[in-house]
Amino acid sequence: MIENKKYSRRYNFAFIDESTKKEIRRKLLKAVAIPGYQVPYSSPEMPISRGWGTGGLHVTLAIIGREDVFKIIDQGSDASVNACNLREFVESMTGCKTTYDTREATIIQTRHRITEEVLEDHQIFVFQVPQPEPLRGVERYEYKTRLMHGEADYAKMWVSLYESFVQHGDIMLGAGYPVKVNGRYIMAPSPIPRWDVPNLNHARTLYLFGAGREKRLYAVPPHTTVEPLEFEDVLFKIEKFGLPCAKTGYRKAFLDELFLDDGSKEYVINDSNFMDKMELGMDVQQFVNPYLQKIVE
Amino acid sequence: MSTLLEVRNLTKIYGEPGEHTLERTGPRAGTNICPDTEAIVACANVSFDLYPGEVLGIVGESGSGKSTVVKLLYFDMERTLGSAWLKPYLDGHSDILDASGQQKRYIRNYLMGMVYQNPRDGLNFRFTSGGNIAEKLIMAGHMHVGKIRERASFLLDRTEVPVRRMDDLPSSFSGGMQQRVQIAKAIANNPPLLFLDEVTTGLDVSVQARVLDLIRELQQELGIAMIVVSHDLSVIRMLTDRTLVMKHGRIVESGLTDQILQDPQHAYTQLLVSSLL
Amino acid sequence: MNIVEVQQLSKAFELHILGGKLIHALQEINFSISEGEVIGLTGKSGSGKSSLMKCVYRTYLPSSGAIRYASRSGVIDLASAPDHAVIALRRSEIRYCSQFLSVIPRVSALDVVCQFIGRSDDARAQASLLLERLGLPTELWDAYPVTFSGGEQQRINVARAIIARPRLLLIDEPTASLDASTKDTVIDLIRELRRGGTSVLCISHDTYTLNRLADRCLHLEGGRLVENIAYEQLVDSES
Repeated sequence: MIENKKYSRRYNFAFIDESTKKEIRRKLLKAVAIPGYQVPYSSPEMPISRGWGTGGLHVTLAIIGREDVFKIIDQGSDASVNACNLREFVESMTGCKTTYDTREATIIQTRHRITEEVLEDHQIFVFQVPQPEPLRGVERYEYKTRLMHGEADYAKMWVSLYESFVQHGDIMLGAGYPVKVNGRYIMAPSPIPRWDVPNLNHARTLYLFGAGREKRLYAVPPHTTVEPLEFEDVLFKIEKFGLPCAKTGYRKAFLDELFLDDGSKEYVINDSNFMDKMELGMDVQQFVNPYLQKIVE
Repeated sequence: MSTLLEVRNLTKIYGEPGEHTLERTGPRAGTNICPDTEAIVACANVSFDLYPGEVLGIVGESGSGKSTVVKLLYFDMERTLGSAWLKPYLDGHSDILDASGQQKRYIRNYLMGMVYQNPRDGLNFRFTSGGNIAEKLIMAGHMHVGKIRERASFLLDRTEVPVRRMDDLPSSFSGGMQQRVQIAKAIANNPPLLFLDEVTTGLDVSVQARVLDLIRELQQELGIAMIVVSHDLSVIRMLTDRTLVMKHGRIVESGLTDQILQDPQHAYTQLLVSSLL
Repeated sequence: MNIVEVQQLSKAFELHILGGKLIHALQEINFSISEGEVIGLTGKSGSGKSSLMKCVYRTYLPSSGAIRYASRSGVIDLASAPDHAVIALRRSEIRYCSQFLSVIPRVSALDVVCQFIGRSDDARAQASLLLERLGLPTELWDAYPVTFSGGEQQRINVARAIIARPRLLLIDEPTASLDASTKDTVIDLIRELRRGGTSVLCISHDTYTLNRLADRCLHLEGGRLVENIAYEQLVDSES
C-alpha cells in the first residue's frame, strides 16, 4: 500500500502550527525593522516549561526550513543536557541536519553566549532571553518602562550605572550589559558576558532575541551600531583573564573556570566547538573587535 | 516678549463641565463644585505674567487651586483650557501646554525646576542624593562622571548639605535636608524658572527658617524667577515680590506682596491677612 | 529737577469686614521733592505720615492721584505703574526703611544689612563698616537680631536701607530709639547720602533730627497737608 506520508506525521513541521508561525514571523519582521525595540508576541505553549528556552525555540521553529542546519549551544557548550534536549526536539520536529560545527550551521540557537568563531551573513543567531527589559532593574512598572522607551527617557538607567560606579568603583554588570542599538533603543542583549557584547556591533549576521516567558521578540539586523552604555570617563571594558587556556595556550578567548577532582583550578576555552577546532590546530576565523585587538598574544 | 512666563486663562476641570459651570463656581458662588454637573473646577481663568528674576507667590487655602496651577505648568497634570508661553522655549511663540511629550521633557529638564512639599515626589529614594542630582544633569546631556560629581558636590555644598553624604540614600536624611537635596536637584541645570510647592510646610520652624533663607540667597545669586505656592502668608512675605491670592480656583487679588499684606483690597484677602497668627 | 511729584494723592481704605466702610487716610496731597533734597514729614500720630510714605513706596495702593517719579529710565507714575516696574525700582533705586526692623528668622545682623545687596565678601565688609560707625557692638554682628533692643534693631534697619545708596530714600523715624551720639551718626550718614545725590523723605517727630537734616518740612493734619512751614514754627507748635 502506498503510504500517505502527509498525514502520518503526528506533528506539524517544526511543531508550531502555520498560523502561529506566520504571526511570529511578522513580529520578527517588525523587530528587525525597529532594531532593539521589544515586540510583544503570542509566545505559544511548548512542551518545555517557561524559563527553559521557549523564546529561543519559538524563533528557531518559526524560521527553520528543511534545508537548514541547526546548532544549539548552552553557555558555549553543545553537549550540555539542555542543549541536547532541545537539539533532539528540533531534529525530531523538523528532520533537519544538526551539527556541532559553527561554520556549518545556518541557524544557531544560544543560551547566554555568542560563539568565538565569526558569524556570516547566511547565518541567523537566535538568543534565549530571560528578561528582555533592560530597565526592569530600575523601574518595576511595565507601563512606565514602555513610556521610557517610547520617549527615549533613559536617565534612570544611566543613574543606576553612575550609582554602581560610585558604590563599587566600577559598573558591576558582568553579564547582560545594557547596550544602545542604532542610537535609539536601549536593549538587554540577554546575559552574555561582556566579552561578547562588542561582537554585536556591525556584525554580518542577523541576531534575533526571543523571551518566551515575557513574550517579547527583538532583533539586531546586520551592520547595526550597537554600543555598550558608557560615560565619557568610565568606559566599557571586557573581561581580563591574564591566563591562557590550559589546553591550547590561547589567550584571546573567553575562558571557563573548571575545578578538577583534586581541587585545583583550570581555565579552558568556554566555546566547546572553538576549543575543539583549536585543539585540532584548525584555522578558525574569530570575531574582530577593538577590545579583542588590545589583548596581547 | 520681556516677560519670562505668560499664562492665560489656565483652567482645570474634573468631570464634565456644563454650560454654566464656570459661572456657578468660584469665590462668589463659594464653591468649586458645579451644582448642575458636579464637575470640580480646580482652577479657572488663571492669567498672570512673570518677569525674569521675579518671585511670585500664590497664596490660598485648600481648594483654592494654587497647587493645581503649578502642577499644570510643570506638566504633572493635563490642562482643560488655557495656554502658557515661556520665553526661553521657542522664543515664547509656542504654547508649552501644547508641546509633545519629548518637548515637555526638554522644558522640564532644561528650563524648569520643581520642589515638592513631599521629598518623595521630587526625589528618587532608591538613588543616593548625589545620584538624584546626577539624574537631572544626565537628562541635560552631561555624561562625564567626574564632572557630574563635581557639580553635584558643589550644589550640595551650596544648599548646606554635607558633601560627605553625597553617596548616602535620602531616606537617611532629616526632612529639612531632604528638602535641600530637592532644591539642589531643582537648580542643577540653572533653570530660569523654579516652582516651589509648599516647600516648608511640615518642617520644624527652625529648619523652615534655614530653608527659606537658602532659597532667598539662591534667588539673589542666580537670579532665578520663582513661583512660590503656600498657604502660609509669612512664607509668602519672606520670599516673594508679588502675590496672587486665590479662592475657589480663581484669582481674587494680585499685587505687590507688601501691598497685599498691608493694604489688601479684596474682602477675602482682608480676611486672610487678619487671620495671620 | 523734581525727583518726585505727588499730585492730588488720596487714599481711603475700604474695610469689607465692616461692610465696606471707608477710612480716609490721605486727602488730595500735593508736593514735590527735588533731587538731593531732604524733606521732613511731620504730624501727630494718625495724621497720615506713614500712609503717605507707604503710598510713595506703593505698599498702599493710592485711591486716586499720581506719584510721578523720575527714574533713571524716565518718569513713571508709581500710583498706576505695573507691579513688575515697581519691583524693578525697589530693587535698584528706591529704599524704604520702616519704623521697626522686619526680622528675618535666623539670619545674622550682618547678613540682614546685606539683604538687598547679596552676601559677597565685599558687601559684608561694607556692612561691617556701617555697623561699626553706628556703634553696634562687634560681638552682635553674627547674632540674630530678634532679641536685640529697639535701638540696636533700628541701627541694623537704617544700615540696611542706606548701604545700597538708593536714589530715593523713604525713612520712617530713623532716630527714634537711638541715643544722642548714634543719632548724630545716622544724621551724618543721611547727609552723606544726600551729598551723593540721594533724595530723602523722612518722617520724624524729633526736632533735633529735623533741624539738622530737613531742607523743608511737610506737616500733615487729618490726612491733609498743611502749608509748608519752617521748622521754627514747628518747634513752637510742638513745645
